[in-house]
Amino acid sequence: MPSTSPGAAPRSPGREPAVEVTGLVKRYGTKPVKTAVDGLDLTVARSTVTAVLGPNGAGKTTTIETCEGYRRPDAGTVRVLGLDPVADAARLRPRIGVMLQSGGIYAGARADEMLRHTATLHAHPVDVDLLIERLGLGSCGRTSYRRLSGGQQQRLALAMAVVGRPELVFLDEPTAGLDPQARHATWDLVRELRADGVGVVLTTHFMDEAEQLADDVAIIDGGRVIAQGSPEALCRGGAENTLRFTGRPGLDLASLLKALPAGSAASEPASGSYRVDGTIDPQLLATVASWCAQNGVLPDAIAVERHTLEDVFLELTGKELRA
Amino acid sequence: MTATGTFTPRPGAAPLPRMIRAQAALETRMLLRNGEQLLLTVVIPTLLLVLFSAVDIIDTGVGRSVDFLAPGVLALAVMSTAFTGQAIATGFERRYGVLKRLAVSPLPRWGLMAAKTCAVLVTEVLQIVLLCAVAFALGWAPHGNPSAVVLLLILGTAAFSGLGLLMAGTLKAEATLAAANLVFLLLLVGGGVIVPLEKFPEAAQSVLGLLPISALSDGLRDVLQHGAGIPWSDLGILAVWAVLGLGAAARFFRWE
Repeated sequence: MPSTSPGAAPRSPGREPAVEVTGLVKRYGTKPVKTAVDGLDLTVARSTVTAVLGPNGAGKTTTIETCEGYRRPDAGTVRVLGLDPVADAARLRPRIGVMLQSGGIYAGARADEMLRHTATLHAHPVDVDLLIERLGLGSCGRTSYRRLSGGQQQRLALAMAVVGRPELVFLDEPTAGLDPQARHATWDLVRELRADGVGVVLTTHFMDEAEQLADDVAIIDGGRVIAQGSPEALCRGGAENTLRFTGRPGLDLASLLKALPAGSAASEPASGSYRVDGTIDPQLLATVASWCAQNGVLPDAIAVERHTLEDVFLELTGKELRA
Repeated sequence: MTATGTFTPRPGAAPLPRMIRAQAALETRMLLRNGEQLLLTVVIPTLLLVLFSAVDIIDTGVGRSVDFLAPGVLALAVMSTAFTGQAIATGFERRYGVLKRLAVSPLPRWGLMAAKTCAVLVTEVLQIVLLCAVAFALGWAPHGNPSAVVLLLILGTAAFSGLGLLMAGTLKAEATLAAANLVFLLLLVGGGVIVPLEKFPEAAQSVLGLLPISALSDGLRDVLQHGAGIPWSDLGILAVWAVLGLGAAARFFRWE
């Protein structure tokens, strides 16, 4: 059913964005009041993978949990699949899958028991045996949840989030504490979800995870989205890149600078080791190469350093330690 | 990654009766699998029944001690499951996010509470069958109206469930664990379960008689030992506790 809230544009059913957060404010506590989310806007398209990044305490989990219906916004609106997560909770719940940051499972339950039970709560669940095999949960045997390894606990929670064939899943740090094998199994599952048309919103502290998986990255800090875009766009737009090469020490950098486009910088941070900062494109590389030729230098170990998502993240959020 | 269709969205909640049945079965298994819970719900009541029937430690008044003890131990069984066991289990479910995770499942909250109640009732039936079998083996000869007994057990369950959930939903899990066990012990001693209330000073008796455990054990004893009809005053006390406990639990229970 289309949203009927005032001001919302009429849309055909099922075409609303997966998530539409506008001006979300969420405060906790009384004295002192802590503003966890401070006017946050976020739109997530259907059937895409969106990674929400941010330092600890940035407001990631609060935002996700507001979308899941756990918290009532102090201001702003939240729509998930076109529904209000609090007022329309009963209609929304069967359509979303949720993996909490930790816990959520009976200490005495066995993995397959818990997964089968979760499947029973849904009308058309995924084949449980297939999911057990895919996530390597068969090795859990008759062990109770409290005695499973951290990785097994995480994978079970992930399986429970997807077993009901939801349209959209929220995964709060799905790979925290996983070994590389389990991480890759999780990534494969997320890719398969996306290929099958399931939307995924995940939070993570792993920049490579966001680069690998996400169509869209939202960086949150201080309770707001401070950057959003594809990983490529963020890396391209967020910072300049670097070209490094080595050669004879003491080359005349002034003549190089003259040849380079305006706004570039050239330096020799260590003897014989050169660095050019700027918009590194094929043209610039050619300029550097021909300058080397003019100077009779065979540039050694020439390398273009692209900025990673981690560089962009640290540049935007600073290096100071958080809560 | 190519689409396999395994996860193609097809959301939907299962039919409500199926969800509640499955949840009740899971909750019951969790209760019965927990060793500490079994100690509380099965071992302690059975031991008390056998020990105090066989050995004349406490003067239980006229008649055979098993006729006095069996109704008290049945009341204890109800308290151990509906109050102590449920409070501790629910407190830790709250602490470990089980309730939080269930809150976003298709199962509505009232469905979860209905399932928990079913689990408590199933456990009680198992306890009662076992304790009655032991009591009969010890020569127990009950009287009275079975429907009065059922009414007492149900109102007792409601009263203890309300108090247990109130505790689980407002205190920290560790505090619930400690408090629920302490209350169990105090009510075991001071609630007419194995020690007749007449052993206490007059002033204490009138207060202790208003406790839910005293009302339940006294009501069960009136019917099963003395063949009374419907023990209205005890049912009344239990009903008041049930309304207060369940009302306060509904009002103050915090899911996270």
